[in-house]
Amino acid sequence: MSGTIYFDNNATTFVAPEVFEAMKPFLAEEYGNPSSLYKLAGRAKAAVDAAREDVAALIGAEPDEIIFTSCGTESDNAAVLSALSGGGAGARLVTTSVEHPAVLNLAKRMEKEGRPVTFLGVDSRGELDMDELRGSLDGAGALSVMWANNETGILFPIEEIAPLAREKGVPFHTDAVQVVGKMPIDVKEMPVDYLALSGHKLHAPKGVAALFVRRGAPFREFLVGGHQEGGRRGGTENVAGIVGLGVAARLAREGLEDERTRVRAMRDRLEEGLLSTCEDAHLNGDPGNRLPNTSDISFDFIEGESILLLLDREGICASSGSACTTGSLEPSHVLQAMGVPYTSAHGTVRLSLSRYNTDAEVERVLEVMPGIVKRLRQLSPFGRADPAG
Amino acid sequence: MWNYSPKMMDYFLHPRNAGEVESPDATGQVGNLVCGDSMKLTLKIDKETQRITDAKFLTFGCASAIASASALTELVKGKTVEEALELTDDDIASYLEGLPPEKMHCSVLGADALRAAIASYRGEAPPESVIDEKDLVCHCFGVTRHKIEDAVRAHGLTTVDEVTNYTKAGGGCGKCKDRIAEIIADVRGEARPARPERPSKMTNLQLIKLVEEALEKDIRPALRSDGGDIELVDVEKAPEGPRVTVNLKGRCAGCAASGITLKHFVEQTLRQRVDPGIHVIEDETDRGAE
Repeated sequence: MSGTIYFDNNATTFVAPEVFEAMKPFLAEEYGNPSSLYKLAGRAKAAVDAAREDVAALIGAEPDEIIFTSCGTESDNAAVLSALSGGGAGARLVTTSVEHPAVLNLAKRMEKEGRPVTFLGVDSRGELDMDELRGSLDGAGALSVMWANNETGILFPIEEIAPLAREKGVPFHTDAVQVVGKMPIDVKEMPVDYLALSGHKLHAPKGVAALFVRRGAPFREFLVGGHQEGGRRGGTENVAGIVGLGVAARLAREGLEDERTRVRAMRDRLEEGLLSTCEDAHLNGDPGNRLPNTSDISFDFIEGESILLLLDREGICASSGSACTTGSLEPSHVLQAMGVPYTSAHGTVRLSLSRYNTDAEVERVLEVMPGIVKRLRQLSPFGRADPAG
Repeated sequence: MWNYSPKMMDYFLHPRNAGEVESPDATGQVGNLVCGDSMKLTLKIDKETQRITDAKFLTFGCASAIASASALTELVKGKTVEEALELTDDDIASYLEGLPPEKMHCSVLGADALRAAIASYRGEAPPESVIDEKDLVCHCFGVTRHKIEDAVRAHGLTTVDEVTNYTKAGGGCGKCKDRIAEIIADVRGEARPARPERPSKMTNLQLIKLVEEALEKDIRPALRSDGGDIELVDVEKAPEGPRVTVNLKGRCAGCAASGITLKHFVEQTLRQRVDPGIHVIEDETDRGAE
């Protein structure tokens, strides 16, 4: 990792050394299938059970409410389809226009196939209209609202939404992939029916995730197969990955205080520094209502991909809501839903920190970014200080 | 992560001829902020020899757009105006040792800027400056049928995705993809893909409902993203086709391009979604109140 300054932790995170160490035996000599009947298999089963307890403890769930899956997308898909499973083909899904594609594109496909879907919009601060949400729940079949937005870090008020859904009898799923491990969560206090989390966002490897399904909530198997995961998810367990997720969950619990204090302080320092040293830069979203680790900044008159490539030359990893980085031609659906003008949406950079970042790394970004912005503005026909010529 | 060639990265990191030439003889600016890339090309041209003696560029866009613009300036320097006009987007892409397929529109932008600059030098109207509304296919990126046909012919394109890579058409809301498929088929002399027919007779109530639906789903979101809005005032049936009266609001109301928005975007969308005979007019009654 030497030379790399990694500020893209909402995309993925590095595998914590403790996680990797714990996984190793299960990629080598401890290869038993948890379903088999000998000691080798028993050890694998015990490891999966222990991991289930650790993951449950991170969000205040009971171990039997945790289903291990392969990725956040699988968790989201399984939850939304389960939430709707009690209502028939005409049951209306309510969701938001700024969801992660794991929910958004599933909802769009279902709409195309004839299911009624309500997409709730957001205001320029990235926030929902709670009256609109309340109204949309009348007669709804299911509700799916992300807890924190992956691009802006904006938090939706799940503590208000969950009781509302409960009151109206609408099964409620929250995509909490960006929140778990960054902020404390207790599903005992929060009446959500389903909650998705993903390993690689909290320093476990890719390929392992989990879905919380509250006891009594309707559930329909997404992967139909054997009796694994209490008959709710067929397929031989990814034992090593699950062990890694368990350890990562334990580390995340220990790190929550650090996220709340040190990570937030680094993010704030980074953000204030960038906004004060770069002209025509704007923060996207409500600054007071965000994940502690995320900053989404638009730089007018320049384009995100160019910024990322110049940052990459300095060893700095970041993301952009710009169109050009993904091959799509339109800027991010989240920025468009917030009404961020195209003039700045194309020049958006997301910096997302983790507890493994350091103050020195923040200073390095602050050192190089103004030069990069200036350099690209000198090449741009827009927003030029000296329009003559 | 894009697979950029070393030469392209070199032209992005060390752009040649960035800036504007002093008192240029020719200027071409194409693209805009909304589209996500834009280029301004300025040229110095020797009147005697018709040779381009200097060329500079300014680009808003991704790395490949910047590199393409810089490559273009290198390619045109020393050429006569006639020779320069022979340059194509492919020449720019090959000069950079290739561009990823999704980025081919960056080289097209360069070629367009060059044509616009030479047109200005010759005192002609810039190409595509007067867009016949019937010719406009992609409203998100303002791409005409003519331009799509050219790209299909020049590069032997066969799929809608390829057309999007070269021209951007179809890369926004995606509603024009069917039309692009038809254009590809037309140019290539193939049978047109089947297209669903729309009911031609409808009651006034159905008409109003469809207009409202199209406004809400297809038109308002786009206007709002630019800080504007639209209000439906009236829908009347008329022999020449339904007449839809609207009010542009917010930033659209005072926008100099509101007439274009109305005709090119609102009317075209309603024609596509509701009835091909629709005419959109702006409500004149409360103009004085503003």
